[in-house]
Amino acid sequence: MTLERILILSIVLFAIGLFGVLARRHLIAILLSLELMFNAANLAILGIAWHRGCLAGALIVLFGIAITVAEVAIGLSLFLLAERVRGVVHADELSDLRG
Amino acid sequence: MIVADLLFFILAAVMIAGALGVVLSRSLYRAAFCLAATLVASAVVYLALTAPLIAAVQILLYTGGLLTLVVFALVVSGSTDNPQPWRRPVPALVVAVLVGVALMPIAWQVGGTGAGRGGLDDGVELGVLLFTRYLVPFELLSVLLLAAIFGALTVARRERQA
Repeated sequence: MTLERILILSIVLFAIGLFGVLARRHLIAILLSLELMFNAANLAILGIAWHRGCLAGALIVLFGIAITVAEVAIGLSLFLLAERVRGVVHADELSDLRG
Repeated sequence: MIVADLLFFILAAVMIAGALGVVLSRSLYRAAFCLAATLVASAVVYLALTAPLIAAVQILLYTGGLLTLVVFALVVSGSTDNPQPWRRPVPALVVAVLVGVALMPIAWQVGGTGAGRGGLDDGVELGVLLFTRYLVPFELLSVLLLAAIFGALTVARRERQA
């Protein structure tokens, strides 16, 4: 296990997640793909921290996990709001701001 | 060393398969559980990266909390049927592949081939760092979590008051 392999793995996961964010229609599916991207970033950070022997990197990952979970809570409540008020669960149906 | 490499490749395969499952499966429950598989596999990688505390947090808080939240939202909304789950997948695929290819040089630039120094398993040192040098981000994070709780409650309740 080397840093190079970890970074390649995290880039692959990031690209897959990016595809999901761009291509999926359901709001929760977009959130899940976003989590994939966050996890890839965490993996890269922790890999670099492991390589350098830097404990602060592990702290960054801890902070990142906490922020991500908070973001998911907000995202899901927004989803529930959109679903109840507008009856919409797909991102491409929320197009009020399109010019 | 060979065993470790083999283990890493197996974990990487599980993670990539889980990621593809998240992106490609039609059922959202299946997507959520594929995400859980990816997160647990990365927790095992964190263990191998000498960071058992982060691995535990990853499983307990990230995987458990996230899966619970998402499954709750799916159950409450009841919208899991997905006749057409993707929208314009080809341009999205092109963008994703391009971004991946553009990021790849970082892996070769930054990543050395040698083993890492490790030393991320010192929980005491981690706690000391958290409450001395990184105290301000820690407190900001608690404020953020509080704001997230209130935000989620407000956003989800507004409909009832109106």
